[in-house]
Amino acid sequence: MAAGRAARTGLNGLFAVYKPPGVASIRVRDSVETLLLKELNSLEQPAVQQQVRFLPNTVEGNAGKELTLTVTQLPVLAAHPLVRGPELTHLKIGAGHRLDTKSSGVFVLGVGHGNKLLTDMYNAHFTRAYTVRGLFGKATDDFSDTGRLIEKTTFDHVTRDKLERILAVIQGTNHKALLMYSNIDLKTQEAYELAVERLIRPMEKTPPLITAIRCLQFAPPEFQLEIQCMHETQQYLRKVVHEIGLELKSTAVCTQVRRTRDGCFTLDNALLRTHWNLQNIRNSIRDSKVKVKVELQRSLGHQARRGKRHTDTDQVAESE
Amino acid sequence: MAFWARQISIWYLSVKTNSVANSIQQLRKTHRTWMQLHELSVLSFLCTDNHFPQHGLKTYRSVSLGSRLQSTNSNNGQILSEETNLLSPVNHYQQQAEVIPSSDTKTLYEVWEDTPPSSALEEISEEEAVQIVAEPPLPLGSFTLQDYVDRSETLSQLVLLGVDLSKVEKRPNAGQLLLRLDFEKDIRKRLLFLKDVGVEDNQLGPILTQNPYILAVDMEALETRVAYLKSKKFGKEAVARMVSRAPFLLSFSVERLDNRLGFFQKELGLSVQKTRDLVVSLPRLLTGSLEPIKENWQVCQVELGFRRNEMQHIVSKIPKILTANKRKLIETFDYLHNVMGIPHHILTNFPQVFNSKLLRVKERHMFLTFLGRAQYDPAQPSYISLDKLVSMPDEVFCTEIAKASVKDFEKFLKTL
Repeated sequence: MAAGRAARTGLNGLFAVYKPPGVASIRVRDSVETLLLKELNSLEQPAVQQQVRFLPNTVEGNAGKELTLTVTQLPVLAAHPLVRGPELTHLKIGAGHRLDTKSSGVFVLGVGHGNKLLTDMYNAHFTRAYTVRGLFGKATDDFSDTGRLIEKTTFDHVTRDKLERILAVIQGTNHKALLMYSNIDLKTQEAYELAVERLIRPMEKTPPLITAIRCLQFAPPEFQLEIQCMHETQQYLRKVVHEIGLELKSTAVCTQVRRTRDGCFTLDNALLRTHWNLQNIRNSIRDSKVKVKVELQRSLGHQARRGKRHTDTDQVAESE
Repeated sequence: MAFWARQISIWYLSVKTNSVANSIQQLRKTHRTWMQLHELSVLSFLCTDNHFPQHGLKTYRSVSLGSRLQSTNSNNGQILSEETNLLSPVNHYQQQAEVIPSSDTKTLYEVWEDTPPSSALEEISEEEAVQIVAEPPLPLGSFTLQDYVDRSETLSQLVLLGVDLSKVEKRPNAGQLLLRLDFEKDIRKRLLFLKDVGVEDNQLGPILTQNPYILAVDMEALETRVAYLKSKKFGKEAVARMVSRAPFLLSFSVERLDNRLGFFQKELGLSVQKTRDLVVSLPRLLTGSLEPIKENWQVCQVELGFRRNEMQHIVSKIPKILTANKRKLIETFDYLHNVMGIPHHILTNFPQVFNSKLLRVKERHMFLTFLGRAQYDPAQPSYISLDKLVSMPDEVFCTEIAKASVKDFEKFLKTL
């Protein structure tokens, strides 16, 4: 018991792993849990409990054989690991924003008390950054290159210039929607302060919003975009690629969706499959503790103050 | 049994001499032990004969007559007994009481009712004092063997041997079986038999963990099965290896083993020697179900398109392919053949690729394509053999095959 608690001291917090494509995110969470359990159970086991027993024994006494009790210390086999089973059978590991099977990228997991931080992160409505690769000339039913082919078109007329124009239009419409959903009156001092700190974003559930979109590479038929968004799903991003193709009077499918940033966790913080062990995860948790705390305070602190100011103005209005 | 015999002889004596006073005193003694018995019988229901672990001390026949009940009352040797069974030992005793010559039963019972109950302040001899056991009672029903392991010699010896009781108790009825067995009588014979077959000492624990039911198999059956295997010209080390790696092997009857061997010979079309090698390298084939093996064989021939002799070569080298997951096998083959462009004959030469995880193969192949070194045709220069692709660890792969650093490989993996 004490050994288990000691082993789990460093394991309370958030860390990020790199999810490979083709694997379900639940499988990733389960394999991390299994690996951690295996390591924790194989750590130093305490010595098996001893128990003082009084066992009868025949000794040569004065009048022939006598029955007496001798004191011996025997191990308590009920506490033996082969009888009791492994010390830890379950670890509380929660998953942050999930990735679907075909996509890859930064996947935040929480251990132990860190699961509470996961809820806070969800409520803070952080943005996420993706790199999305697309392919012109095809259209499929599920907007990705492994789906059933529906249409094939030409794409010779597509240039980088046209693509960037479309991207600017998308960014503009999404920005307007962002401001509308944020419920901020742009003419106030509070809005100015938030804009200075780049915290203007909706603090409640909204449809998917793209905060920024730009083209990284353009080599027809392939192209790569970087998208910063919130409240999105990977399928929505594939749909965006499909719609870009339609806007350009051609068709496009999405070949790769890769998350490069989730809140304050970037690709550098994410642990690869070969590095999933106890030591690395402990280090990762320790490194990201301060960052997560600062970010959460920024977002949630402002949210609290905004809420307070709204109630204050309401009271003032009522009293008048 | 000695104690019981003593009891009956005491009653017989009291009946024969027909002196009431004498019999009262005897009955007082027996009644006292009877009361103790009554208390302990419902509590120590499941003690085996050998009450304490040996540990170099003499075994002690304790006062708890539950052990006698255990041996005499063969119907009620269940851990998870119903409420009704709790009363049966006492009933059994009353039935036994009726076995006593009926001529003086009436006098016996009359005398019995007159004796006062024993008091705790009664003086008893030193020997009896030493013999009183004051341990907490064993639970009547439990879902784990932890509660019984300290008091049962069988279980303690098994733990010292290396059997993982936490896994054994999860198997259906295995815990009950182990508690009912006696180490000296049943288990020791079978362990010595396994050692004769050639199994190592450190393997005995894992074998019993996987297959505790082997302790319930008859000795003659075990001997027949080993004799059968030897008659099929499996060497001694081969038999030992097969028994260690497939613990359920000796629980199979001779006909079943015969059927299995015949199936492998006919269906796979292998020679006798090759079938023997196949079975020795993967003895699990004999104990598992045959349906997935038949399916995999068909899949390999029809879907994957391997010829019969190619299949035989692959199966002799990597028997695991017969028990592999069908869907994963097809996915791996699909990637190897269609995406990486490897023809059938090269795959036949390196069947280890089917053993490895698809994700690993994918990552390494994509890295090599990125570097421009993905060349799997032996005729071309800078050829990379498939077994080196999958079997090597990451550092060796990066430095020797890909001629890049491990850091580059990791950076590339993060772009996938």
